[in-house]
Amino acid sequence: MTTTLYTSDHEWLAIDGDVATVGITDYAQQQLGDVVFVELPKVGRTLKKTEAAAVVESVKAASDVYAPISGEVLETNEALAAEPALVNSDAQGAAWFFKIKIADKSELGGLMDEAAYKAHTA
Amino acid sequence: MLARDNQDSLRRTPLYDLHVSLGGKMVPFAGYDMPVQYPAGVLKEHLHTRSKAGLFDVSHMGQIALRPKSGKVEDAARALERLVPQDIVAIAPGRQRYAQFTNADGGILDDLMVANFGDHLFLVVNAACKAEDEAHLRANLAGDCIIDSLADRALIALQGPKAEAALAKLCAEAPSMKFMDAGPHRVAGLDCFVSRSGYTGEDGFEISVPAADAERLAKTLLEDPDVLPIGLGARDSLRLEAGLCLYGHDIDTTTTPVEAALEWSVQKSRRSGGARTGGFPGAEKILAHFDQGAARRRVGLRTEGRAPVREGALLFADATSSQPVGKVTSGGFGPSLNAPVAMGYVPTALSALDTKLFAEVRGQRLPLMVAAMPFVKNTYKR
Repeated sequence: MTTTLYTSDHEWLAIDGDVATVGITDYAQQQLGDVVFVELPKVGRTLKKTEAAAVVESVKAASDVYAPISGEVLETNEALAAEPALVNSDAQGAAWFFKIKIADKSELGGLMDEAAYKAHTA
Repeated sequence: MLARDNQDSLRRTPLYDLHVSLGGKMVPFAGYDMPVQYPAGVLKEHLHTRSKAGLFDVSHMGQIALRPKSGKVEDAARALERLVPQDIVAIAPGRQRYAQFTNADGGILDDLMVANFGDHLFLVVNAACKAEDEAHLRANLAGDCIIDSLADRALIALQGPKAEAALAKLCAEAPSMKFMDAGPHRVAGLDCFVSRSGYTGEDGFEISVPAADAERLAKTLLEDPDVLPIGLGARDSLRLEAGLCLYGHDIDTTTTPVEAALEWSVQKSRRSGGARTGGFPGAEKILAHFDQGAARRRVGLRTEGRAPVREGALLFADATSSQPVGKVTSGGFGPSLNAPVAMGYVPTALSALDTKLFAEVRGQRLPLMVAAMPFVKNTYKR
């Protein structure tokens, strides 16, 4: 059973046991516009919460994606290298960025559920 | 609240209400509230302009008439030659030429278009520079010319392979115009100034129209299913692919026309040995750059990978050296090429085509190559 949580920086985390799949929200992709390049963290890298983990580039600008929680990167979405536009077409599905091993479950307490995130972007 | 105050002080073009009604995403640009994109998005807007036609509001740019006090346009042309390194006298009636205002150091104060309208010159200057440009003209040319700021006119660019057909419905003479022809024409019954030029690398037109009629003209042009409104985002990616300079980025007060690879825009008559050599601000330095070469040069850059290299990225001669050799002045993603494109300044010794360089992006050295510009072949109707 997975739970989806959100950050105020417009990332989503699908929590499944001690692994979180991370991506950017549909709201974020709409704000960014056409995504043309995604730079993902290296598998095996240990991320600290709030450090720059990935970069999303639109035609116009580059935006950092910050690690929503701390932990080791287990897997990245290779499909984004070939098709960055997936971020626009399926931000909260096929366009997941990376999977991270949750280092400290207490960090999840600061995240929003869907209703709170909807209120945040309203 | 501060941001709100700044928003309120932004100026609006006569097409502001139209942009909002078309869903334009409005952002501050050069003191104006301008559409950066419409719901189609930068990518589609860019590609549509290259395949059909795009309509751009460039009313924020400055339009200035230089009227000779003597009544002879040649006197206005001679006067303007005191401020630019171009041959203005040779611009035939009904023709337009690209020019730069230079400073005493040979740098560029602004770039502009100069058209000969028969009895006066018509200038189009950058929005961010227009107040300074006008002051510069008044300070230097007031003895010879009436400097007439045409603030009551809007400017609409129509660009792309279908631009001619779209404009022909409203202006019968449009198809017979050639690249850089310019003059007064009636468009949809309105008193307009039309030039066959633009800032995208595509065939197209720029139409100066009385502010009060601008919305009606824009709406009429947009009735053509081939014409879509295009925002500043795609305007920038289009001009970058076309290898065209953006003032304040690729050219500024520290770059001479030679360093900027704009030699083509300085006619022989103003160079050493020409009939009217020199006589413009910074002539000594600019002519020395022509005669002896400049130490650095603006070049096009293509990357190997898909990561865009953006403005400000430092350039290095190899993967390890700590001393940068240059800097990227414009860079982004070229939708027509489906690849990153950039331009920047490098030492002349490293400016030859296919020279391998490295750009530092997020702490990594990305390989790139000096590449020919325009990146996308232009389609001007010569």
